[in-house]
Amino acid sequence: MVVKLDIQNLNAWFGSKQVLKNISMKIEENAVTAIIGPSGCGKTTFIRCLNRMHEITPGARVSGKVLFNGMDIYSDGVDPVTVRKKIGMVFQKPNPFPMMSIYDNVAAGLKLNGVRDKKIIDMAVKRSLELAYLWDEVKDDLNKSGASLSGGQQQRLCIARALAVEPEVLLMDEPCSALDPISTAKIETLIRKLAEDHTIVIVTHNMQQAARISDYAAFLYFGELIEYGPTKQIFNSPEHELTKRYITGEFG
Amino acid sequence: MDRYKLRVIKDRLMKVLVYLALFLALVPLFSILFEVFRRSFSVISLDFFIRPTPTVGEVGGGIANAIQGTLITVGLASLIGVPIGLMSGIFLSEYSESKLSAAVRFFHDVLNGIPSIVIGIFAYAMITLSIGFSVIAAAFALAIIMIPIVTRTTEEALKLVPISVREAAIALGIPRWKTTLTVVLGSAKKAIVTGVLLSIARISGESAPVLVTMGFWRWWFSGLNRPAANLALNVFVFGTSPFENWVALAWGSALLLLMIVLGISVLARILTRGRY
Amino acid sequence: MQNPPRAFSFFHNLKAKIVALPRMRLKGDDVFKLVCALFASSIFMILGLMVYELVRGSWLSIRTFGLNFIVGTKWDPAISRVFGALPLILGTLVTSAIALVIGVPISLGIALALSEYMPKKFGFGVSFLVELLAAVPSVIYGLWGIFVLIPFLRNHVYPHLQSAFGFLPIFSGPIYGGGVLTGGIVLAIMIIPTVSAVMRDLFSSVPNSQREAMIALGATKWETSKTVVSYARSGVVGAIILGLGRAVGETMAITMVIGNKFQVWPSSLFDAWYTMSAIIANELLEATYDLYVSALIHVGLVLLFISLVINILARLIVWRTLRLTRGIARE
Repeated sequence: MVVKLDIQNLNAWFGSKQVLKNISMKIEENAVTAIIGPSGCGKTTFIRCLNRMHEITPGARVSGKVLFNGMDIYSDGVDPVTVRKKIGMVFQKPNPFPMMSIYDNVAAGLKLNGVRDKKIIDMAVKRSLELAYLWDEVKDDLNKSGASLSGGQQQRLCIARALAVEPEVLLMDEPCSALDPISTAKIETLIRKLAEDHTIVIVTHNMQQAARISDYAAFLYFGELIEYGPTKQIFNSPEHELTKRYITGEFG
Repeated sequence: MDRYKLRVIKDRLMKVLVYLALFLALVPLFSILFEVFRRSFSVISLDFFIRPTPTVGEVGGGIANAIQGTLITVGLASLIGVPIGLMSGIFLSEYSESKLSAAVRFFHDVLNGIPSIVIGIFAYAMITLSIGFSVIAAAFALAIIMIPIVTRTTEEALKLVPISVREAAIALGIPRWKTTLTVVLGSAKKAIVTGVLLSIARISGESAPVLVTMGFWRWWFSGLNRPAANLALNVFVFGTSPFENWVALAWGSALLLLMIVLGISVLARILTRGRY
Repeated sequence: MQNPPRAFSFFHNLKAKIVALPRMRLKGDDVFKLVCALFASSIFMILGLMVYELVRGSWLSIRTFGLNFIVGTKWDPAISRVFGALPLILGTLVTSAIALVIGVPISLGIALALSEYMPKKFGFGVSFLVELLAAVPSVIYGLWGIFVLIPFLRNHVYPHLQSAFGFLPIFSGPIYGGGVLTGGIVLAIMIIPTVSAVMRDLFSSVPNSQREAMIALGATKWETSKTVVSYARSGVVGAIILGLGRAVGETMAITMVIGNKFQVWPSSLFDAWYTMSAIIANELLEATYDLYVSALIHVGLVLLFISLVINILARLIVWRTLRLTRGIARE
């Protein structure tokens, strides 16, 4: 395995409540890793620790190490802003920037980081929208408002926006849970395509989805990593009793 | 008469009274609008807008100098008050977890409730007593009146921007301050502009602080350290004068003032309602 | 997927960026927060300066008259140069009280009309109109007061009032149209938009469960409304005090109709009188010597103090009630 993210003894708190307990795992480069588990057991908190978004909540705290390309993103002196340019995120509910056109949405990350050359931005916007399987649907009117798109299109817009800044890792927090089955299918296809050049970590409570698209799966239960391994193994022959019960739908 | 009938009568009576109250409140509004239109009708002409204040006894004349003076004074006040109000509003909305913000918000509310004449004397004591009656002193007073309004409307506008928008920007690797200045402010633009317009409308109508910091001026603008003519103050001075042509000008000025102030208020409602 | 042009190279090399950062770097976020905090803190400076300048400006008067200023009843700038503000304080409070007596019931009526009686679709338009009242500048109220209200009262209302109740001293005496009662009426009109708006908010946030409980008991609309008002009781008190604060601070409209006559007590409701704000507006520009100016600033200081007390009181009461009613509504 070529390790992209090496998570070592990760703990996280909201105030005095501990949400993640001593999680250690290695995430493979250019593969899709699914984080599964019942609701409210820390899956979202987990991935938000991977791009240092957890700590922006007042009262939130993190301990442990997350090595990205060998470098601990939590070490002193690291500016979280730079981390997030390499590790991008797509949220559960599509959140395109209101009042901005499709073009401006995708270009936002680039423009705000100082890229001025219109030709470069044009190319990046086109490329990102193509990667997100949205280009054909919007190419005729990029100036339309981002909010005028359907839910599934908006989410793909957010994916394009995240891809525009060329992250190496893409974190996805239940990206399809608010969408209809057709949009979901489209996004699942594009995730498999993206995994050729990006490391994807996706939180999902839809086990069929996890089985369909992921290479590795991590089962989180109340903040603890119960089991982690190749998806086929987790789903067909889980080692842990708890994992087995979750997979077979006894709870969750 | 049984109890039930009594209650029904009382209910009907109260219903009448309640609607009567509504009527009583709206009568002055319509009366004011009507009278201002009616009594200013004769004085509105091109001259009204381009000629300055006439001297006593002179026929004709207009309020051109008052329009000029008000524009300059309100403009200067906005230059001071709007940036301070904006930044304060941003602070209260984006950093509301800070201990400082509770105190700031409280004192902004306090300032909002202080009579404008008191703010006028404050400016009088601080500036007019040294520099003399001047546009600067008046603009200073008006700016202070403006600040709590702009702060509050900015804060509310920014609070309406959902967290998801901010998180989306932060997840792109954009630092928090840039997020606030570009994406958040951009999303709240309409509401913020509305708030600024409303505050401008409010201070355009203020005459008490202008009276004690600048006094009445009947000529053109001649320097920031000297007074200038003012629309709202003119309504007072002309309206309480014994000269008929000045009284007519008072009604004309009132009309212009009313149009501006009510026009902006209506515009503001339309702008903010369009968002829902 | 083609390779993007090299202009993106600054995005890569996270490692180089990490190592390059020195420990105590002043980040953009800290600078921005500091700048915002500085601007926001200007409020403390403004209020502090205000108190300072007003105290400094009134110092001469404070030194000369001390506490006698508040209870003094003589205002003689011309001859004896003695100043006392009691009649002004009384004038302010009495006219404001009249404004409340007239304005509060009407505000209650409007608030109930908008929250309990009127169908929603008219509600917006009507409350919009009431809000327009709040936007009308004070001088225009004054102008309308002089040329429309005063003649109207003088010719059509006061004479009847006097013929009916003239045996009472407050309704006796010569009628010229302006004066204490007229001032109170104008102030009432001016505070109604604010007070009714606050009340309407309060009534709207009373949980529907309360109304439904009354209706289920067979109550009439009026009886249900009384429950709503009673529920929001302390908020209503707060709204009234808020209205009082606004009335106390009103300047131009009142000075244009009240007659501006300095006297310890008016002979009747139709007599002219004076208020703190009116005397400042009228006489500050005429004040030719230091003690005169200082006395006027002193009046302003007293006015500031009174309005601060009123406003802080009102806000505390209204806030607490809004939070209470909303808290119960969530259950």
